[in-house]
Amino acid sequence: MSTFVLLTLTGFGLGALYFLIASGLALIFGLMDVLNFAHGAFLTVSAYAAWHTATTVGGVNGLILAVLTGAAVGTVLAVIVERLLIRRLYGRPKEQILVTVGLSLTIPALVQAYWGPDSRPFPVPSALSGTVPVLGANVPVNRFVLIVAAVLVLIGVRLFLDRTRYGLIVRAGVEDRHMVTALGIDVTRAFTLIFALGGALAGLAGVLGGLYFGSLSPHQGTALLIFAFVVVIIGGMHSITGVALSALTVGLVQQYANYYVAGGFGDFAVVILLAVVVLARPTPGRRSPASLLRDLLAPRRAVATTGGQP
Amino acid sequence: MTTATTATTAGPADPAGAPAGGGDGGGPPTGAPTGLAGLGHRLGRRRGWIAPAAVLLILLTLPYSALSIPLLLDGPVNSAGSLQLFALCLLFGGLALSYDLLFGRTGLLSFGHALYIAGGAYGTQLAMSEWGMTLVPAALTVVVLGSVAACLLGAISLRTLALGGVGFAMVTLAFAQAGSIWVQRNPGGLTGGEEGLPLLAEAIPDAFIGVNNTVNLYWLALGYLVLTAAVVWTAAASPAGKVWQAVRDNEQRVSVLGRDPFRHKLGVFVLASALALLGGVVYLVVTAGVTPHASTPEFTLTLLVMVVLGGAGTRWGPVIGGVLFIYLDHRLGALGVSDAVESLPHALSAPLAEPLVVLGILFVLAVYLVPGGLAQAGWRPARRSKRAAAATASGPEAGNTAKGSTR
Repeated sequence: MSTFVLLTLTGFGLGALYFLIASGLALIFGLMDVLNFAHGAFLTVSAYAAWHTATTVGGVNGLILAVLTGAAVGTVLAVIVERLLIRRLYGRPKEQILVTVGLSLTIPALVQAYWGPDSRPFPVPSALSGTVPVLGANVPVNRFVLIVAAVLVLIGVRLFLDRTRYGLIVRAGVEDRHMVTALGIDVTRAFTLIFALGGALAGLAGVLGGLYFGSLSPHQGTALLIFAFVVVIIGGMHSITGVALSALTVGLVQQYANYYVAGGFGDFAVVILLAVVVLARPTPGRRSPASLLRDLLAPRRAVATTGGQP
Repeated sequence: MTTATTATTAGPADPAGAPAGGGDGGGPPTGAPTGLAGLGHRLGRRRGWIAPAAVLLILLTLPYSALSIPLLLDGPVNSAGSLQLFALCLLFGGLALSYDLLFGRTGLLSFGHALYIAGGAYGTQLAMSEWGMTLVPAALTVVVLGSVAACLLGAISLRTLALGGVGFAMVTLAFAQAGSIWVQRNPGGLTGGEEGLPLLAEAIPDAFIGVNNTVNLYWLALGYLVLTAAVVWTAAASPAGKVWQAVRDNEQRVSVLGRDPFRHKLGVFVLASALALLGGVVYLVVTAGVTPHASTPEFTLTLLVMVVLGGAGTRWGPVIGGVLFIYLDHRLGALGVSDAVESLPHALSAPLAEPLVVLGILFVLAVYLVPGGLAQAGWRPARRSKRAAAATASGPEAGNTAKGSTR
């Protein structure tokens, strides 16, 4: 039982980390149709900036400052990238992907050039490095930090999208960008805003990822990005709540599979989950397995009824 | 060397490759060749095989030249070091061509190509060490089994196209990542984990072993490139190739016209994967082993960079991109540790020592400055600008209708 509780809570923590990464990705993709490959690079840079702050200041204050620094660095980086590179390529999604791919290769290499390829320990304040007993399980404290952060982000993003004027514009832009432009609203400003928000979330995820793993390395962000992609595909790209649920599912599946099946199987379980979801999802023009099953059963029933009538 | 001879005959016998080629697969829709256009058509056909023949001739004579090019190469052209570099360049030219079959020709953005390259390399090595096969049977087994796997995984990946091309990209990425993790975890001590696997010397012909035999690696890589080029160019010019191009340009219209886009995309995916598997075998022999790096999604991204740098969907672009990228990667690596760079301040010398920084920046610049890739840079500017104008006139509208109706 205690193992199960531990796995569930750490799965929640992992899901929270995935959600923090995937939410920024899904927001940017939902509005702008840009698959932001540089998201992982934002994560890495923010994590390094945060690490620098946390090591110089130290303690819980250092961590809070590091979170702020990370989010700020992510925001600034995202805005620079959007203004300088992405903006020129609107309406050309393929080129936008290519540019972000280029950045995703360049930025980690740059980080590696300055800070070396080896992973570094992330300073975790002693208040957060212990464990808490929950129902007989010793759960690391930092998992709760991640869960709380993810819930706050989820509520914040939902409030922003549902209650503010900018959120309205963003939602309308996701729905039909051209109509919003036609109504005289400057969508490009919303684009920058969403990119900034995505960058801030990436920054936050970078810092909390450092806290979660206790270390950071130049290619950590890119490795995490792939799981964020999986989360975004499973959750659908246009609903932040869907992304949250799918992040949770992926985190739990990974933890359970790692323990109950075999160590290291979790990553496969996630990919298998992805394949199952992809195959089961009804797509336009093709029938889902459920409807196929219905159709297979329906004729028989029809035959049975017609056979029974005369 | 049978591959080389078949390819040289396939080059000239590749009739429709000329109009589609001569630079690009995305050329203007050629109607019936009449009058002047027909003359150009015939000329183009003849030109179509002169260039490959000339390039092949140069590549065939390269190992016999003792020419020394001071700045560009470390030793003479036929020294072992240079030939090894050339072999790697040619190999990646071929791999980039196979990737371009998906990306440039059919418009499928796959991030899982490395899965098949690593599959070819690891699979062959394991077939040789575990099942005691020799190189050729092992390679054939792996290509056949891998193609079956590609058929299955491709079918799953292509199901996601309801999300747009992005779904396909992400799912192939996830599969490749799973393969990469599997390789790095070293299951049962099979894959050698982080260290990778060294080439099993007993199972491969003696001709590929030793520094003295580097020239044979060069021939092997050249054979692979020629074979891939022949397959890709012939396939792109075939009726199926026309459908691929049509799928790239307007998939809906293809299905309205009664062709099944799914089947064609699956076909091109399996063909490209088979070429990648074969490339993996060559990679294993040329680099005398395989490391997990070949399985990472980053490896696929470098292929993408090569294709885009050279020119996606063009005849020569992927080859140029692949050769140039690998050459620069090696030379920049050498330059990065040279004294000239070492003497610079750390802030400048550190990024220069990472070839990927320089190449990545070059790539991002190339996306803006030479959108068609190097193969089209300064190449018939009038035609290109005309096409660009046509693209801007019709592009967004076509995109909108396609998007509007999928929603």
